[in-house]
Amino acid sequence: MKKGLCLFFIFVALLIVFPFFFRNPFPRHLLIMIMMYAVMSIGWNIIGGYGGQVTFGNAAFFGVGAYTSSVLLTKAGLSPWTGMAAGCVSSLVLAFIVGYPCFRLKGHYFAIATIAIGQIMMGLFMVWDFVGAAVGIYLPILPQSFRNFEFHATKLPYYYIMLAMFLFAIGVAFLVERSRLGYYLRAIKDDPDGARSVGVNIRRCKLYAFCLSAVLTSICGTFYAQYVLYIDPPSTFGLMISIDLCIISLIGGLGKLFGPVIGSFVFIPLVELTRVYLGSEGQGIDLMLYSLLMIAVAILRPQGLSSLFARGGR
Amino acid sequence: MSGILRLEHVTKRFGGLAANQDVSFAVDRGEVIGLIGPNGAGKSTLFNCISCFYRATEGRILFHDREITNDTPEAACKRGIGRTFQIVRVFREMSVLENIMIGAFLKCEKTKEARARAGEVAGLFGFSAKLDRLAASLTISEQKRLEVARAFATGPEVLLLDEVMAGLNIQEVRETTELVGRLKGLGMTLILVEHVMEGIMPVADRVVVLDYGRKIAEGPPHEIVKDEKVIKAYLGVKYAERRARRSVV
Amino acid sequence: MEIFAQTVVSGLLIGFLYALIAVGLTMIFGVMDIVNFAHGDYLMLAMYFAYWSYALLGIDPLYSLPAVTLALFVLGTATYYLLIKRIINAPMLSQIFVTFGLLIFLRGLAQFLWKADYRAVPHCLLSGSLHVSGVYIGLPQLVAAAGAVVCNGLIFLFLKKTRAGTALEAVAEDKEAARLMGINSDRMFALAWGIGIASVGVAGALLASFYYVFPEVGGNFGLIAFVVVALGGFGSVVGAFIAGIVVGLVEVMSGYLLAPSIKFIVVLGLYLAIVVARPQGLLGKA
Repeated sequence: MKKGLCLFFIFVALLIVFPFFFRNPFPRHLLIMIMMYAVMSIGWNIIGGYGGQVTFGNAAFFGVGAYTSSVLLTKAGLSPWTGMAAGCVSSLVLAFIVGYPCFRLKGHYFAIATIAIGQIMMGLFMVWDFVGAAVGIYLPILPQSFRNFEFHATKLPYYYIMLAMFLFAIGVAFLVERSRLGYYLRAIKDDPDGARSVGVNIRRCKLYAFCLSAVLTSICGTFYAQYVLYIDPPSTFGLMISIDLCIISLIGGLGKLFGPVIGSFVFIPLVELTRVYLGSEGQGIDLMLYSLLMIAVAILRPQGLSSLFARGGR
Repeated sequence: MSGILRLEHVTKRFGGLAANQDVSFAVDRGEVIGLIGPNGAGKSTLFNCISCFYRATEGRILFHDREITNDTPEAACKRGIGRTFQIVRVFREMSVLENIMIGAFLKCEKTKEARARAGEVAGLFGFSAKLDRLAASLTISEQKRLEVARAFATGPEVLLLDEVMAGLNIQEVRETTELVGRLKGLGMTLILVEHVMEGIMPVADRVVVLDYGRKIAEGPPHEIVKDEKVIKAYLGVKYAERRARRSVV
Repeated sequence: MEIFAQTVVSGLLIGFLYALIAVGLTMIFGVMDIVNFAHGDYLMLAMYFAYWSYALLGIDPLYSLPAVTLALFVLGTATYYLLIKRIINAPMLSQIFVTFGLLIFLRGLAQFLWKADYRAVPHCLLSGSLHVSGVYIGLPQLVAAAGAVVCNGLIFLFLKKTRAGTALEAVAEDKEAARLMGINSDRMFALAWGIGIASVGVAGALLASFYYVFPEVGGNFGLIAFVVVALGGFGSVVGAFIAGIVVGLVEVMSGYLLAPSIKFIVVLGLYLAIVVARPQGLLGKA
């Protein structure tokens, strides 16, 4: 335990000083993406890894977060930070509406339902003129400041904001794991009827987990919108985003605290680098590579790569 | 009928088949009730109705005069009805302590308190040396005991033990009988479904006998073993008649 | 009134095809409790095979249909032996990830080999359309629908009338009991995969006559197949047939009554409604 804590502090320290050793935009961008996907995957892991409820629709919260803050900014001039909070609220509402009826469903049915919901959201936003339909939303270029949540000269502030979100997400996961909810989720995954016989309200637990997952994903949506300054339905509601979250948690270790972190540090560089080096000639090779990775992990090492670190993180 | 737990004309149908038919009895506080009957008599079905895993098709189940027939299993547990399962359902990927903690969490919100409570319960059930063992690595009899401990940690008033002695050797049966006695001593109300007569007859205050879904007899153990209908149900009509003829002669 | 008849006819025609695509999915689930998330992407492969037979060899999709079907049968059984066999008894999570990984792999393969361009067979053997009392019926669509009905019928007959088919149903009912009767469940699983994917091969070849071919084409069809299977009931072949028609009708009608851009959303909404209100679908087992 002590050793784990030490390793963690070293890890955080490395992250803090990273931008000073790597001053080019690309490495910084890479790490921002790694951390963002880690945050979203931590969210996914709470419901999917701990709770055992696989969802392929978490991109819906990413999109809702991104669009809520962007629409509030462009139409009402609200600060993106307020927008981030509003995005969380909208995502929570969506989580409730979706979760309440759907958590009765078993494994496959639920997974397909989440795909359906994700696609429905994409479809709706593609034709909804108020939010730009297929064209999307161009965020206004404002003078750079923390309040405006825009920085143009350098990626550094984005980096540290994301680092803060990353540490926040880890904190949330840490607390959940040790809380009654965390224990209940593991029990539900292990034996749902056994859990019910000792008073566990399965639906309520899954709903809480889902809501946490929604919030963590939603704040990344707002971040992304402010980072890229352009959003459209495919880039925010895309099925691949949802799938990436699953793959990351699977590779890193389902239901393990640092699983999504490890998964993200392995997977995202793979994705970004294949995109850079293979370009359009290799279009599709990246998909093949990580689908093979996904299949291999699912068959050969379902506990994920984090199990290689023995008791690290559990 | 008085009693903290009452079954009134409980019937449970699956399609055309009546697994339980018009079963009524009452349980007083602190009693140990044995629920016996040949295979397929509907004992586990009745348990599932009482613990709300099934909803009775007809009739009522009342706990402290409150109807619980249509409650959810988790609600039944919160009211004070704990249970174990015929095929043991411990949380295999969790440790002994963690298993009991899940039960303890019903009474304790904080993890620290739950862990403390679970530790005490573990001690009561003889698990103090095995707290960190994975539940999947325990023997069947230990797993059954763990299930009872986990249910006990929820602080129930009534415990339903479903064939808790099945598959155990003589020594283990004796230990479990002793455990049942200890639970009774703690003031627990118990209903046990059992096939193992040596285990249940010594401890039960009353025995309810089911056959083909109906209650055919009820009474203290020493009367039940002599009851005509019970003998017929277990050993067959021919045996009962032979026995009757022999006693006449 | 004419327009109504038009939508009904169009809905039926595409519905039969949906039914055919879904039948394979429901069979695989019925026999071994595995949801093949990659189902739509096998359809995509079949469409590409038919397309390339035309583009490179000049063979009309209707003529290449037998070859394509055979190729996909082989692909299906190969998938079973190489991949699915390993996860028969794995936890559901692993099964989901493996078939989903397969989906992504096939899509990546298609993107890599054939790029993202949209392709189409410009003239097929039976092109043009019929004009029956005010209703336009595209000939390729009609042929496709007819082919789908025939194929569905053949599968149904196979399951009910042949020994192999009955054995398949037996394994679907109770794997252990079937094994005790001497049925090799391993071979049955492979057969289920073979037939299931082959049926999608037929559908793909039929579709290639009039539908655009591109790497992501399997996505929507795959999702629609899930809706059909859910409505018909996971595991029920007859259910899939009926449900396919219903979904086809719902899609075309909502496109007409509401708006074409959201007809797919309506179909997905239908899935959610079914699965929440009546999880076992019309005739399902699970």
